[in-house]
Amino acid sequence: MTVPLKFQDVTLGYDRHPAVHHLTGEVAPGSLLAVVGPNGAGKSTLFRGLVGLLKPLAGSISTGGLDRRGIAYLPQIADIDRSFPISVFDFASTGLWRTVGPFGGIGKAARKRIAQAIAAVGLTGFENRSIGTLSGGQMQRMLFARVLLQDARVIVLDEPFNAMDASTSADLLRLVEHWHQEGRTVVAALHDLDMVRGHFPQTLLLAREPVAWGATAEVLSADNLAQARRMCEAFDETARTCVPDQLPSRAA
Amino acid sequence: MISDVLIAPFSDFAFMRRALAAVIALSLGAGPIGVFLMLRRMSLMGDAMAHAILPGAAIGFLLSGLNLFALTAGGLVAGFAVALLSGLVSRSTGLKEDASLATFYLASLAIGVTIVSVKGTNIDLLHVLFGNILAMDDPTLLMVATNATLTLVVLAVIYRPLVIESVDPLFLRTVSRAGAPAHLIFLGLIVVNLVNGFQALGTLLAVGLMILPAGIARFWSRDITPMICIAVAAAILSGYIGLVLSFQTRIPSGPAIILVAALIYLGSVLFGRVGGVLPQLFPGRHLEA
Repeated sequence: MTVPLKFQDVTLGYDRHPAVHHLTGEVAPGSLLAVVGPNGAGKSTLFRGLVGLLKPLAGSISTGGLDRRGIAYLPQIADIDRSFPISVFDFASTGLWRTVGPFGGIGKAARKRIAQAIAAVGLTGFENRSIGTLSGGQMQRMLFARVLLQDARVIVLDEPFNAMDASTSADLLRLVEHWHQEGRTVVAALHDLDMVRGHFPQTLLLAREPVAWGATAEVLSADNLAQARRMCEAFDETARTCVPDQLPSRAA
Repeated sequence: MISDVLIAPFSDFAFMRRALAAVIALSLGAGPIGVFLMLRRMSLMGDAMAHAILPGAAIGFLLSGLNLFALTAGGLVAGFAVALLSGLVSRSTGLKEDASLATFYLASLAIGVTIVSVKGTNIDLLHVLFGNILAMDDPTLLMVATNATLTLVVLAVIYRPLVIESVDPLFLRTVSRAGAPAHLIFLGLIVVNLVNGFQALGTLLAVGLMILPAGIARFWSRDITPMICIAVAAAILSGYIGLVLSFQTRIPSGPAIILVAALIYLGSVLFGRVGGVLPQLFPGRHLEA
């Protein structure tokens, strides 16, 4: 992909209440962007908008001609029925949907790729286990294997390292960096600021409205972080209609 | 002696052979549908659908008497209307499937009862309510077999999206638009199989041949493919033993089939390899790793 992801004065939310308010900016192709902000800052909402699960209340999100369904998305709260009788191998193989679709066969080459993806996340030997027997960390590894198989140009990870132990985080972070080296665009919501400073060149600090967006070291200043905490005010049931001329025009 | 009991009824009487063929055809369709109903936590929804079909069948009965095609057409229309409307409402609003389905099937039932009472005919709906697999004629049998074949073919077509939609619906939504059609087609298959079953078992027990075998299968396997095979086998076995029982004891065939399935279910609850009561009480010594 050579066209950036573009956010043009995007407002995303629920029942007309904005959760992400007037966001404008670009994610350059191949960048590794951390999205940081307090709980309720709108990180997950932004991602839902980006992958097309949520329609913007205003503004637009452009993926530069890339099909939304070609974005690999790992939600924070996966809606997975863990009691469903399906094996790790079969579950991971669903990542091939874009290439095999509803009817395509999964042949020898595909099976090899699936086995490689499972090996890459350190789950070799678990192929025939049913997904209900996995621990939280193993589950997350399996979900990463599926993302790996999706082979997407843009990868969106919503708090992928939450509640993961050090070795799981480290293994999965290596995969993220590997995707970055392969030139894929990776956008990840994170809470561990040390990890962001250490591994993510770009950061968007979000607190319903964008606080700062740019090089990580500049964005994560003490002032910006304090401001983000202040700005993350509560949802107001009786909020008035947002009038466009209150804000500087950002129409491109 | 044993062959007198187990085989003679079928070799001696054509109606028993037709009944057996019908129950095998029914099992092939209802088994897999039941497994998906159970895995998608929609077992009671199958029951609700059976009620939704009743008024359609009643209207068919009123219009053309005991014409099985009219009954089937009425049932299909009522069932599809309820399934599709509730599916659409729960997909386009936040209302959960069970709540919207309850609304629509109750409305359907009320409409059916209203039509019947306004018409004021004192009709015998016993056949519709409890069916009669022993009165199966050739066109009906052909229809049951056709519906079962259709079910298996359509299920094969929507199998992959249906499985992914059951286990991780959000993922399917992000990679494909196949989720909603697969779900709606599945609802349609439930209706087809319920209508199929009510000629043999009646509207009230038709759902039994879906739910009970699926419940049985859950106790014997952890993987969906063997689960479907076990469900079909359990349904066929219940049908066969139920027919023999009915022939020897004059218990009505529909209830006999479902009672046998219930007994197999009870045995599975007690002895089932996967989560059965006794294996849980006496699990044996723990393993090394």
